Amino acid sequence: METETLNNNFKSEEYFINMGPQHPATHGVLRLLLTIDGEIIKKVEPDLGYIHRSIEKMCERDSYQQIVHLTDRMDYLSSHINNEAVCLTVENALQLEIPERVKVIRTIIGELTRIASHCLWWGVMGMDVGALSTFFYGFRDREMINDIFEETCGARLTMNYNVPGGLMWDIHPNFINRVKKFVAHFKTKIPEYDQLLTGNIIFQKRTKGVGVLSKEDAISFGVSGPVARGSGYSCDVRKYHPYSALDRVTFNEALQTEGDTFARYQVRIQELWESLSIIEQLIDNIPEGEHRVATNAVIKLPKGEFYQKVETARGELGVYIISTGTKNPYRLKFRSPGFSNLSALNHIAVGGKIGDLVATMATLDLVIPDIDR
Amino acid sequence: MTNEALQELIGSWFPNPEADMAKDVSKTTVEEEGDGETDPSKVEEPVPSSLLQFSEEGSQFLNIVVNPEHFHDLMLKLKTNEATSFDYLFCLTGVDWGEALGVVYHLESTKYRHSVVVKVNTADRENPMLNSVCDIWRTAEFHEREVFDFFGIKFKNHPNLKRLFLTEEWDGYPLRKDYEDEINMVIK
Repeated sequence: METETLNNNFKSEEYFINMGPQHPATHGVLRLLLTIDGEIIKKVEPDLGYIHRSIEKMCERDSYQQIVHLTDRMDYLSSHINNEAVCLTVENALQLEIPERVKVIRTIIGELTRIASHCLWWGVMGMDVGALSTFFYGFRDREMINDIFEETCGARLTMNYNVPGGLMWDIHPNFINRVKKFVAHFKTKIPEYDQLLTGNIIFQKRTKGVGVLSKEDAISFGVSGPVARGSGYSCDVRKYHPYSALDRVTFNEALQTEGDTFARYQVRIQELWESLSIIEQLIDNIPEGEHRVATNAVIKLPKGEFYQKVETARGELGVYIISTGTKNPYRLKFRSPGFSNLSALNHIAVGGKIGDLVATMATLDLVIPDIDR
Repeated sequence: MTNEALQELIGSWFPNPEADMAKDVSKTTVEEEGDGETDPSKVEEPVPSSLLQFSEEGSQFLNIVVNPEHFHDLMLKLKTNEATSFDYLFCLTGVDWGEALGVVYHLESTKYRHSVVVKVNTADRENPMLNSVCDIWRTAEFHEREVFDFFGIKFKNHPNLKRLFLTEEWDGYPLRKDYEDEINMVIK
């Protein structure tokens, strides 16, 4: 009888909690307003704009060479691919013939960028679900890539290596050897990743069946990249709209059908292998030639609208330029992958627990400057 | 589907009543041929046969310009029609065209991999209003909030239309061309 009165006195009630903007699991200044009932999530409302710099407005005032530099600061883990997206849009608009050498180098560095980004993701993914050591393993391998970038591009993170018309300068003489060394090294390390985390029973219990996103919802929410491919939605821009040297390499699109956190995890691990394979196919066959074609010092795009999509480490990045024929874009829109992926978060997380939300957030792999732009 | 076939199909959904009046009553079944060839009788037609305007000039996509009243019907048909099935809204852009504000929708079909661009302009700048497409593509919910935040376009039937990036008390809409902010903007 006593327990019965106790139960009647304590009714479940919904209440708010704040996650972020300074929370380790949000990986940046993202604030989530959670409505919860006990530990069950009823609603997730992201609060954005803490680091919004209005890059799109800045682009309307800048020249096309300057815009490339701003894109580093969106998804800083895919900075090379972001640069490439703007350069490709400008080059297509000008109908420039880009040297084969440039295309191949761009693709190699793009795939290295993807590996570096996935290494970082893998490290913090483990950390988010309570395995601290993965962080050090992931960063150890990412460091090798950053060193290669530093030698060739002069920077480790915001590389600015692409310019409209080609590359800032030619690759460093050590580049090919170091990349080959890295590929050989990393091939022995991915199985280590699997040993450490993938097969771990605690990790699997935390991720399997958690945060399920169906294929139909993924398409409706405009989700792209590894998140969408974890739901069985084949959407790799490198396959459907190949750019640079991606039309001459063979690789498999990583796909899983479960749609849960573990599926998204597996997709990214599989992508590490595919990226290595793409690099291996290209590294021995870098064509000789110029690293850049001359463009006018002041680039004026013809009147019209230009759209280019690329596959960053996070998904589909779109660059949409409306030009009126002047040296600045009339309007420039970045369709960032993180923004659309985040929009599905409420749908994925509702009904789960707060701990599940952390695991889900980890596999959405959000980079906040990419969302805030 | 090729752009020509798409144009013919989508154009036939919204026939122009004026074109019907202008045309003679002897209307042959031109639409059913569908071979993509330019029909000489159509070229001479001065009144457009559809309420939609099509253009491929200066763009790699087929562009469709639609007026706000037919906009939602068109979008719903583009998604639900079996032959088009544009299920992936991959980009939603607000644009300040000067006298009018507009929204540009980039659509792709994951089944057929064809793309189309839909453009719609608001009637005025003072009270810009468009129908929301949240009920068709759920990704529009965030993107429309972004457009509302930066351009001030209100979307009818949006479930949660409020500022996304900026604070509620922010004055003005920063991505409009006439926006001025002496402190935060460096104008060259």
